[in-house]
Amino acid sequence: MLKTRIFAIATVMTMLTAPFVASAQQDTIKEIEKYRAALGDGNPAELWEMRGEDLWKQKRGPKKASLEQCDLGKGPGVVKGAYTVLPKYFEDTDKVEDLESRLVTCMVMLQGFTYAQATKDPFGGPGKKADMEALVAYVTAASRGMKMNVGLSHPQEKAMYDIGKKMFFHRGGPHDFSCATCHAADNIRIRLQDLPNLTKQEAAQRAYTAWPAYRVSQGELRSFQWRLFDCFRQQRFPELEFASKGSVALTLYLARNSNGGTFNAPSIKR
Amino acid sequence: MKKLAFLVALPLAFIGAAHAQAKKEDPALAVMKASFKERGQAKLDRLIQDPTMATCSKYPQAVPANIRKQVESAEMKNVKFPADGKLLGDWKLGERIAQTGVGKQFSDDPATPSGGNCYACHQLAKAEISYGTIGPSLYNFGKLRGYTDEIRKYAWGKVWNPQAYSACSNMPRFGHNSILTEEQIRHVVALLMDPESPVNK
Repeated sequence: MLKTRIFAIATVMTMLTAPFVASAQQDTIKEIEKYRAALGDGNPAELWEMRGEDLWKQKRGPKKASLEQCDLGKGPGVVKGAYTVLPKYFEDTDKVEDLESRLVTCMVMLQGFTYAQATKDPFGGPGKKADMEALVAYVTAASRGMKMNVGLSHPQEKAMYDIGKKMFFHRGGPHDFSCATCHAADNIRIRLQDLPNLTKQEAAQRAYTAWPAYRVSQGELRSFQWRLFDCFRQQRFPELEFASKGSVALTLYLARNSNGGTFNAPSIKR
Repeated sequence: MKKLAFLVALPLAFIGAAHAQAKKEDPALAVMKASFKERGQAKLDRLIQDPTMATCSKYPQAVPANIRKQVESAEMKNVKFPADGKLLGDWKLGERIAQTGVGKQFSDDPATPSGGNCYACHQLAKAEISYGTIGPSLYNFGKLRGYTDEIRKYAWGKVWNPQAYSACSNMPRFGHNSILTEEQIRHVVALLMDPESPVNK
């Protein structure tokens, strides 16, 4: 299985670098589509989902408690469908929280971790897997096949949506880039990578419902917080802080734009 | 009495001024400032916009014609031409700059020269099929427009500061914002304007 996949990658790489005539470009794009489809069967994200389930049920932290009483927005302990309503306003913290910041809240309140401990190393790297990404995989997988349904009824949700929208269009840094530079027009790409127009419902649905994702090129499962963190890196901005208010606001803007789309992640990407 | 009134009025004036300032800051910008942290070469001042970027962020889809003109004439003053008048460098080095995407990210070494990453958004030489489509195709750029001094100057100005020619363009201001050096821009202009460049073949 793994060998087949490596062969598939090698084939696509060869096709990308071979001195093709320009008319062959469409064929290349078709080959990439085939490669992506081939990746879909057998997704290593399952390993993160399993580890996340263990972490969810394990008694951890100074209070030696599990996360099984964590309220992710659908009541204490309800995991199924929870991701489809996030980010949302929570009364107990008087804040709008996305999945990751809500997990941090539960780790602090239920398990007794400090905020610093709960937010330490939220992204995995070579040789160190992140617990946060495993928990994200477990929780999001329980919303697979369900429709996104993010509300804006609370005034704080509305305010955060507006902030997220402003952030999306905020041009800055040495390159004058904003999210909109790459994600506010139809049918554009960087090199051969298609770019979704996140201001349009259908494209936003397709993009948002495909995160988190197992990234073949990194051998890691990546959360939506990571997706934003790495977009801003490429945008030449400073580092977006994990679970920060701005990260939640932008997530709310994008999640709300994807309402009605069927959630289908953790997915697998190049 | 007068003195007392003054003493009372002074702190009030301070509070008033501070209040007006706090009120003026966009809540989204305040959240951004609290949500990013500096890392490597990427400091928090990167969140602060110059007047052009503030204007362009306000009109992300269509910029009104009068505002376009304002942006373009203001930015035209920010186009610098080389003191020695030499606009063309080596297209082979220009091709390398066009292929390179590193530079200015917090993950980049500031000692390494930045690339232009032109192929990320534009078609240039025909042999490179992995090109983006955010910007227009530049294949045959010089051949189509003519190898004139006027077009060479236009190419230079456009790379230096695209806002001067097309308000709120998505393209970075490579010269104005010191992404590329004058010498690097010379090579990029050669890639576009040298008759021997693969862009014009």
